[in-house]
Amino acid sequence: MDAVLDNLDTFRQGFITTLALTVVSTVLALVLGTLLAAMRVSPVPTLRAAGATYVEVVRNTPLTLVFFFAVFVLPQLDIRLSFFVFAVIAVTVYHAAFFCEAVRSGINAVGVGQAEAARSIGLTFTQSMRLVVLPQAFRTVVPPLINVVIALTKNTSIAAAFGVVELTAVATRLANANSDAVIAIFLGSAVCYLALTLPSGWLAGRLERRVAVAR
Amino acid sequence: MRIGRWMRLAGTVLVLTLAAAACGGDDEGGDGGQVNEGASFAEGTTMARLQQEGAVTIGTKFDQPLFGLKNLEGKPEGFDVEIGKLIAGELGIAEDKITWVESVSANREPFIQQDKVDFVVATYTINDKRKEVVDFAGPYYEAGQDIMVAKGNPEGIGGPDDLAGKKVCSVTGSTPAENIRTNYPDADLTEFDVYSKCAEALKNGQVQAVTTDNVILLGLISQDEESFELVGEPFTKEPYGIGVKKGDTEFRNFINDTLQKAYDDGRWLAAWDATAGKVAPEKPTPPTIDRY
Repeated sequence: MDAVLDNLDTFRQGFITTLALTVVSTVLALVLGTLLAAMRVSPVPTLRAAGATYVEVVRNTPLTLVFFFAVFVLPQLDIRLSFFVFAVIAVTVYHAAFFCEAVRSGINAVGVGQAEAARSIGLTFTQSMRLVVLPQAFRTVVPPLINVVIALTKNTSIAAAFGVVELTAVATRLANANSDAVIAIFLGSAVCYLALTLPSGWLAGRLERRVAVAR
Repeated sequence: MRIGRWMRLAGTVLVLTLAAAACGGDDEGGDGGQVNEGASFAEGTTMARLQQEGAVTIGTKFDQPLFGLKNLEGKPEGFDVEIGKLIAGELGIAEDKITWVESVSANREPFIQQDKVDFVVATYTINDKRKEVVDFAGPYYEAGQDIMVAKGNPEGIGGPDDLAGKKVCSVTGSTPAENIRTNYPDADLTEFDVYSKCAEALKNGQVQAVTTDNVILLGLISQDEESFELVGEPFTKEPYGIGVKKGDTEFRNFINDTLQKAYDDGRWLAAWDATAGKVAPEKPTPPTIDRY
């Protein structure tokens, strides 16, 4: 227990890095995922195929491999970024596929009549998506979206193995330095993850009640 | 230019595919397998028991190139393994009667305490904390924390003080990483979970140096001599000893005598030359045995 309390500052730094990685990646992945979902329901066959290919390839690749490609293969194409940015890229690319599928299921839940009505009053595909379909779609998929956010939060721990000093890396380091308090240290890091994921779940519950579609 | 890049990418993919097949050689070790048939030991000692059984169980690493690495035929090879064979030979036990048990860093003490192995030769640094639970013969080699840089040393790194402001890679939570963090805070430390990733990052130019025990670095260099080189100025002392059961002074003395004999008649150096000596820049001198 002392090992945890003595190193609260180190834990805090790891926590902040994990938080930053989670927030930045969630925002980027949600945007990318929504674009992909729009592609997958668009009237243009090429876009639909591209979206489907992206989702199938990325969703079926282990995240560790996605990380490996981001961190060690991109530099060979002369893309030079910090390890944190590479981690953001890997986490974003991977979870965008899951966000895409969640959003797409929401879009499919919006009655076809809504899209038809939007098109018949002269809105373009983009306008009908943005103004009519997506606002309704998001309301129905709050729980699955939060599922992906929680998974994303925990998956940022893989960045520990790729040069980012986040919570898991901090815990590993402290555990090695204090071999008599390994369990306390990992429990401490588990508490930190809970401090991130439990509020998201709670927030999701509130958000869901507020925006629920009355049917 | 673009083609060059894609070729390198293709190269990487190829290397990844072949990686599993590429790590492991089939060289036979040195002549550590000499068997001392006429050895005789006092009743009741560990040596007498092992000689009578005609078999010995030795703990070593299976994943440490040059020291203890399991080859494709499933036999470990390296300097630690040669030292193990040498000691077994002095007990009158032939190479094929040795049972090798993988001993990673965390389970070396428990294996000795629980009699799962007769002794441990596994890049095992002698320190006071460990001496509380096991006894050490040797040291038979003195390693030290060193620095690995890209071939030609483009950054001109000559020692740990030159790491200030440079990106240096090590394994999360390892002793060398903590040493850099504590004593060389100006170095920009990057941590991965395994050293092979550090090597990859060094090759890509994402870090300028990799630091850990020189023998581990030599192992990495042996796998890619075109890309890496060792600075060769160790700045810590890591004496590697042979772990035996706490209190078994006779066995410890016997191993110490065996090591001294091997130092004197050249078998120690021959074992080195056949293993780590293939890539080490210079021949080591045998460390003084610590008969505490």
